Amino acid sequence: MRKQDHNKKQKNILTSFYRAFQNFGTALPVLLGVILLLGLFRTFVSKQMISSVFTGRLLQDTVIGAVIGSVSAGNAITSYIIGGELLKESISLFAVTAFIVTWVTVGVVQFPAEAAILGKRFAFARNTISFILAILISIATATTLMVIQ
Amino acid sequence: MNEKRNTEDGGKKERKKRRHYGIYFLGCVIFVYFFLFLFKPESIQRSLKASGDLFIKIIPVVFFIIFLMGVVNYFVNPKAISKYVGRKSGIKGWLLAISTGILSHGSIYLWYPLLKELRNQGMRSGLVAVFLYNRAIKIPLLPLMIYYFGITFVVVLLIYMIIASIVEGKIMEMMLKTS
Repeated sequence: MRKQDHNKKQKNILTSFYRAFQNFGTALPVLLGVILLLGLFRTFVSKQMISSVFTGRLLQDTVIGAVIGSVSAGNAITSYIIGGELLKESISLFAVTAFIVTWVTVGVVQFPAEAAILGKRFAFARNTISFILAILISIATATTLMVIQ
Repeated sequence: MNEKRNTEDGGKKERKKRRHYGIYFLGCVIFVYFFLFLFKPESIQRSLKASGDLFIKIIPVVFFIIFLMGVVNYFVNPKAISKYVGRKSGIKGWLLAISTGILSHGSIYLWYPLLKELRNQGMRSGLVAVFLYNRAIKIPLLPLMIYYFGITFVVVLLIYMIIASIVEGKIMEMMLKTS
């Protein structure tokens, strides 16, 4: 009886990990596609290209910052470095905050993977809400800092 | 029994559909590479190298997530899911989604399959959104963020981001419920 239970347990463990591999394998082509897209992004989009699109108008720059952050991808460290450089070039804190928040919360490059795995409706709604919230967060953060300091 | 078979058939069909979509998507990206190679072969070589480096970097995380998925499949059942992150999970569920989102690491897209698995077992969609939003807060990177923007900025931003994650989760739940 005990041996039977042990065998059943072993079989369940194997089935659980087999299912995990199978599910991950299904997502693999999309993930590989996203990794290849990230490689293209890193080569073709430079820091200079990003900083050249800001206009000096507060609201417009905030939206531009949010858009650039959304279409950008890669490690968050990169967004901090670019954000720091943008601040040095007198780009507003509103725009820089929107840029670094959308960099990590909105994923245009990852969208195909998110839509394929979690559903189109979910991915579209999540990214749209994250984009709007990033603009609100940037306004709230920059305003709070102005009040505090 | 029939119900179980229907669910399994549905799962297989969905997996097949997802695999087809993934293969088309990967095919399109490869086509873009070939197309750009005709005009900028050196840039494409650099892109491939960057992608290769990224791929090597994420391999340990991939194994970690497959392991986690296996553990979830084995230990976590719909009953436990509904208790911790299901419809009746309450404030505990929100706190769990926020904290696990902050503590999780690796690229965001690597977590999609695990989240799908959890959602299929009953995790609330709003909490999936909260988890994904809080992945934006990366504890190991905070010193660097403080170096660039100052501690006051980082503290204020993180507080607003956690609040925003809850707002996003609530909106997502309302939207997905009505649809």
